[in-house]
Amino acid sequence: MTVFVIRRLMQAFFVVFLMSVIVFFGVNIVGDPVYMLVSPDADQADIEAAIRRLGLDRPIWEQYLLFLKGAAQGNLGDSFVFGEPALKLILHHMPATLELAFSALFLSVVLGIPLGLFSGLYPDNPVSKGIMAGSILGFSLPTFWVGLMLILLFAVELGWLPSTGRGDTATIFGIETSLATWDGIRHIFLPALNLSLLKISLAIRLTRAGVREAMGQDYVKYARAKGISTRRIIFVHVMKNIMIPVITVMGLEFGSLIGFSVVTETIFAWPGMGKLLIDAILQLDRPVVVAYLMIMVLFFVLINLIVDILYSILDPRVRIQDQGA
Amino acid sequence: MSPVLEVSGLKTHFFTHAGVVKAVDGVDFAVNKGEVMGLVGESGSGKSITGFSILGLIDPPGRIVEGEIRFNGENIANASEETLKSIRGNRISMIFQDPMMTLNPVLRIDSQMMEAILAHEAVPKRQAWERCRDALGLVGIPSPEERLQAYPHQLSGGMRQRVSIAIAFLNKPDLIIADEPTTALDVTIQAQIIHEAQKLTSQTGTAMIWITHDLAVVAGLADRISVMYAGRIVEQGLTDDVIDHPLHPYTVGLLGSVPTANKRGERLFQIEGMTPNMLSLPEGCAFSPRCGFASEACQVPPAVEHVANRELRCYHPQSQVAAE
Repeated sequence: MTVFVIRRLMQAFFVVFLMSVIVFFGVNIVGDPVYMLVSPDADQADIEAAIRRLGLDRPIWEQYLLFLKGAAQGNLGDSFVFGEPALKLILHHMPATLELAFSALFLSVVLGIPLGLFSGLYPDNPVSKGIMAGSILGFSLPTFWVGLMLILLFAVELGWLPSTGRGDTATIFGIETSLATWDGIRHIFLPALNLSLLKISLAIRLTRAGVREAMGQDYVKYARAKGISTRRIIFVHVMKNIMIPVITVMGLEFGSLIGFSVVTETIFAWPGMGKLLIDAILQLDRPVVVAYLMIMVLFFVLINLIVDILYSILDPRVRIQDQGA
Repeated sequence: MSPVLEVSGLKTHFFTHAGVVKAVDGVDFAVNKGEVMGLVGESGSGKSITGFSILGLIDPPGRIVEGEIRFNGENIANASEETLKSIRGNRISMIFQDPMMTLNPVLRIDSQMMEAILAHEAVPKRQAWERCRDALGLVGIPSPEERLQAYPHQLSGGMRQRVSIAIAFLNKPDLIIADEPTTALDVTIQAQIIHEAQKLTSQTGTAMIWITHDLAVVAGLADRISVMYAGRIVEQGLTDDVIDHPLHPYTVGLLGSVPTANKRGERLFQIEGMTPNMLSLPEGCAFSPRCGFASEACQVPPAVEHVANRELRCYHPQSQVAAE
């Protein structure tokens, strides 16, 4: 197990390094941030000064080495726009995004798995057919459009829920979260639902496919031949087998939840990392873009690692052995 | 002695889009207490479906359309799910063909064994666990305590089938249906498993239906043999009678195609033709197109006749032909 984790961490380090190269040089190709930052009537001397101040007068490879040197000390550069460390800005916006992503993940698990289970057990039931049709909509409707429709319906027409922003927050266990106040929950519900629609559909389809496959397996028939109750067959024999692919995919999709939150946060004016990124891109705030992408890479690597470990807990056949490899 | 199980006129049909498959089409047999019955036939002859019908484990589009399954005198054909559940694994248990597929891969052996007890009896877990441990010891599994904590993939095929046998005997059932339990195992393990099953049935007085395509397996194991062809039992009798003096041409063919030492170098006998398509069975005797003795009479399905200690569905019993 230890060897496995160490090996994975080394792979992760390599991936992060490679990404830093791609991201850093990629961002430098798009646009010149200086003209976004200086006032339109600035003269040549002001522009020169700004370029020097931002360190853009050095050759790109030197900029990259400086970035690496800073990164090794936990400094991913200062934002061009705010003049603050980019990392600090992102960390400041991160809790809002994380709580949104976790809420969406929660919704997709508590809605998706039971619905998928039902439609897998009773595939010919009209309700199941409705669920499946709904999941197709969930897959194919664009997130931003659904978001707008949710606002129109629940905020404008019915007036049940607020349309934008993050509500009151409270601090539990040292984390500031809107899930601790009623106002906060009212604010997070629509964006979380919007963000989770795709994942609910995914969970429904995965669970349904898994249930239908498992129900035809010999071990289910054997369990029935032993006289085991239907409930135990479904919730122990079948569910434990199905949870393996469901957890793997849902875990891996958590990263894309954070990624997709860019759209949802923009529509619902949710003050998270996604909104910060969009603003940074529009203003060509390179350090913030780079720092955001680096953190996302770290997230994905970490999530993959956690999923692998979870997987081995669930499926005894892949229980990780130190095979000297 | 009243039989443990008495099946009469059992018909299990599958209603598919392509037509009605008469997988089991009028089967009669009885199994007495402590008796081992060999149910022999080719793949697709309906022998496994017969086994599943007894436990009420036929899934749509199939169902039992006719017939009685009397278990200890009570008809359990199309009985309620509750009744069947209380019988399954408790009074009648089953051993499946492929031990690789039947044990749930993500559950430990102990939970898969204990649930078989706890589903039928309210006993403390500790007691259930002890019974499981003893059952594993009984089927010749070394250090049962450790094996109980193992997952199925950590055991060999033969070991897993021993576990299945242990599970089948856990609740001291009246009848065990063994559906080709040795087919997936190699020959040396086969012999051990058969020995194990034989020992336990004679110790506990449990009756057994041993389903197989291998006459050699049941020859040494079963008290009586029923030979199935295309959904019907064509010949039924005491093992020695059937093996030594087969009457039905199909049984003769089956026995003739078993390789033996004194046929070395000779071409192995083979039954002409192929297993029939269950969707379009021939009129009359289903075996007649492959039978060398078929005549006009075979156009009408033969009824069950009692010939020489045998129940037979044939107009041309072989030993008699030879005697004439």
